[in-house]
Amino acid sequence: MSLWSRIANVFRGDRLSREIDEEFEAHIREAIERGRDPQEARRAFGSRLRQRDESRDIRVVAWLDSVRADTVFGWRQLMKRKVTSGAAILSLALAIGACTSAFRLIDALLLRPLPVAAPEQLYALWRHEIFFDGTPQTFDGWAYPAFRLMRAAVKDQAELIALSYAERTDLTYGSDEEMEKAQVQYVSGWMFNSLGLRPALGRLFTERDDLTPGAHPYAVVSYDYWSRRFGKDPKVIGRTFRMDGSLFQIVGVAPDSFTGTEPGTMIDIFLPTMMNRSVERADSTWMRTIARVKPGVAIEPVRDKLNAISLAFERERAKTFTGMSKQSTDNWLKQAVFLEPAAAGVSGLQSDYRLSLAALAVLVVLVLLIACANVANLMTAQASARAREMALRVSIGAGRWRLVQLVLVESGWLAFLATVAGGLFAWWSAPFVVGRINPANNPARLVLPADWRVFGFGLALAISVTFLFGLAPALRASTVKPASALKGGDDPHSRRRLMHSLIAVQVAFCFLVLFVAGLLTATFERLSNLPTGFSSDRLLTLQSVTERPQRPAVWEQVAEHLRALPGVETAVLAEVPLLSGYTSNNGVSVNGAPPNDVLAYFLAISPGWLDAMKIPLLDGRDFTPGDTNPGAAIVSAAFAKEFFHGENPVGKAFEEASDDGKRTTFRVVGLVRDARYRDLRGPMLPVAYLPFHGTGEADFGRVGRATFIVRTAGPNPFTVAPMLRREVARAHPGFRVSNIRTQSEINESQTVRERLLAMLALFFAVVALVLAGVGLYGVLDYSVLQRRREIAIRMALGAKGADVAWRVTAEILSTVLVGACTGLFFGLISVRYIESLLYQVKATDVAMLAAPWLTVLVATLLAAVPAVMRAVKIDPMVILRAE
Amino acid sequence: MPKADSLQGSLDLLVLKILSRRPRLHGYAIMSAIQQMSGDVLRAEEGSLYPALHRMEESGWIHAEWITKDTGRRARLYTLTAAGKKQLAAEESRWQAVTLAINRVLRMA
Repeated sequence: MSLWSRIANVFRGDRLSREIDEEFEAHIREAIERGRDPQEARRAFGSRLRQRDESRDIRVVAWLDSVRADTVFGWRQLMKRKVTSGAAILSLALAIGACTSAFRLIDALLLRPLPVAAPEQLYALWRHEIFFDGTPQTFDGWAYPAFRLMRAAVKDQAELIALSYAERTDLTYGSDEEMEKAQVQYVSGWMFNSLGLRPALGRLFTERDDLTPGAHPYAVVSYDYWSRRFGKDPKVIGRTFRMDGSLFQIVGVAPDSFTGTEPGTMIDIFLPTMMNRSVERADSTWMRTIARVKPGVAIEPVRDKLNAISLAFERERAKTFTGMSKQSTDNWLKQAVFLEPAAAGVSGLQSDYRLSLAALAVLVVLVLLIACANVANLMTAQASARAREMALRVSIGAGRWRLVQLVLVESGWLAFLATVAGGLFAWWSAPFVVGRINPANNPARLVLPADWRVFGFGLALAISVTFLFGLAPALRASTVKPASALKGGDDPHSRRRLMHSLIAVQVAFCFLVLFVAGLLTATFERLSNLPTGFSSDRLLTLQSVTERPQRPAVWEQVAEHLRALPGVETAVLAEVPLLSGYTSNNGVSVNGAPPNDVLAYFLAISPGWLDAMKIPLLDGRDFTPGDTNPGAAIVSAAFAKEFFHGENPVGKAFEEASDDGKRTTFRVVGLVRDARYRDLRGPMLPVAYLPFHGTGEADFGRVGRATFIVRTAGPNPFTVAPMLRREVARAHPGFRVSNIRTQSEINESQTVRERLLAMLALFFAVVALVLAGVGLYGVLDYSVLQRRREIAIRMALGAKGADVAWRVTAEILSTVLVGACTGLFFGLISVRYIESLLYQVKATDVAMLAAPWLTVLVATLLAAVPAVMRAVKIDPMVILRAE
Repeated sequence: MPKADSLQGSLDLLVLKILSRRPRLHGYAIMSAIQQMSGDVLRAEEGSLYPALHRMEESGWIHAEWITKDTGRRARLYTLTAAGKKQLAAEESRWQAVTLAINRVLRMA
């Protein structure tokens, strides 16, 4: 109560002073009324000013009162120089906004604990493994039978939860024509209970919903999906949908805060793991495993137990690997389980973007530091203009600390306004970046709350920024020597030294940002200009499904129907489009030898596919309708090199060797040039193309999903997309297009991350350059202003313009040089950390080094022009007379 | 006997005591009361009275209000609060204890 009134009194200072005065006045009048001599009464009262101050200090929080006064004064100072303050605030706001934005992304993706009970007890199970082809990797996928064994083994120490990789799946609440997509995840029935979640509506799964394969056709929907898809209709309970030929019934709605355990994907529908078709397969790793370790249980013994079980499981399974070489099998069994804390959930987006986000965070911090250096220089320059004011304050009794506070409060104003503006920028930019993380048809969805974590970060940023750029000028102001400052002869060089070292720092950081941005941009450039080996020009891919699997001949009929349509140049069939991310691989054996360690990749195509993709035949022929699968194959150049030692394979045979020892013989009918199959990076994979007519053996020669590849006649393939969608459904009953994409879109989705990184890095490079340029300009301009007497004297003594220009810029040029060298040094060091983000780009490339050098040099020259002009134009007569 | 501000430490006690007997007094009246009741021995200087009043007000022991007198001028009147009554009791007993102790020392020495 008392402290509060004292704080409140700070903000009604004038009234408080008036009241105190009035009380004193009343006292004196009273004394006079009682017959005391007025003069004597006043004298007895003593110094009223001192008394008022004393009373005032009792009734206010003194330091707060001084801060209030400084705040008002600081605001007036800012308003006095609207343009420079505005520029300072804008540049800071951009940098602070970018930092806050980066923090929001990193926090949302990697740091923020899941909104579940005791998230710190959650761990994700991973394996270090050596893949069949000898490359080491880490993997978090598990087969359900292995999961079941592991769960039983550690049930006293930890609860294991199975979670499938979320997948955008077709499903319908009505007829097949009304198919829609939703993010579906299979989860253990006990997940909700283990995570301490309560239903928003209906019920959640329990252990009893996850006992028998195929026996629990129930679904829990997320709150977000319930709101978006059903407008929060409570009658959603009991509704059914059909997915993959099975009917599911919605039994409940998950709580509002819970969007799944995969940051980057918001789950729409949860299904019990028992409903997944692969639940009993030992060879399908379709799910992640999360462990909730009980409190007080040591992690290492749990890990050892899990590792032993997992290894025993794989060893048992390896006995069936008859199709593999001993070396491959031994490699495979060198795997080891490890546990990673998963309080923030676990997702592919995390692994993909961890390093990228860290690199971006470093870039934005550098930009922030550049902006801070700018503002610090601005404040220093202004402090010189205000040296007399400071000196005056010291002479009339202001303490040093009061001066530091005065300048810091002014800096605080700048930081505060910049943080508010930066907060708005972050509010807009973080979702903007998230929207560009994934391909357009499946954007990443990240919960980006603006809560106390973000607010706290912004506040901490504002405070540290205040001290970063405010402390040096503040301390300098406080050491002002009244005698020399008031005489007008403060040492100007010390101030210039501070400004120049800040410029060197700025240039170093700017160089670093430019350098890294150059590397990232070149990476993207090289990746997107990489020859794919096929032509994506005017190519549409129609991923299609049928209600019931159909014979390949029926698929061919539909393709035939599409070929006859106007606007269609050609239409062919393939299992999947190239570069779609889907792969099918197996060992290959030639002449009955044991299979190679290198895997071959397979794709079923229809006759004409090679033509449509413009993949040239090097030898042999394309498939004809008479070719069979198994039977005929067309192989790529890389395949010929790998398995036929570079000899012409046409006419020769090879065997496809499955894990289970089954061998299928193919005769090579054609050899084609290499085309990108799985990704753009890495070497060309050995690919064998097989005739589409024989695929789908599991369903007795029927196929339930395949892709029509259509080359359109018009330049914009999208114009015919809706028509093609209709025609596929019309061509044969039960056929439906599930996803239409252009081939270019698929190619681009391979470089989404690189594009995003390059775009953001380039943006920050431009910002850094502009800020550093503005900083350089300001310092040069200031130094010319300060040295105008010296320059005037030199000119009066006969110095030429070039000489003056050199004198003005020489110092700053050497500063820039030092800065750029430092930046280069740090650049070469830092490149090690981002190596995995780069592609075919070396830090030591001359072009990579020269570009930032040139850019910094040009920026320096541009920034120097106005100052040099000003220096050269100095009229000695005017300046010297004025002094 | 010096009339100076010899009230070290006891000004609060006197002010609280006076206000407990006679509520609603202004500063001048409190000052006069100390002088009169002490038989002109004790005297509170304005320089210490007002800071003391304002401090006690901030501590919540006394409460101040502005009134307009018949003359039209305003005066600030002080009243003891409940917290002030407690404080008075504490100060009074402390004072008694101290004087008792001092007297004992004087007698024994």
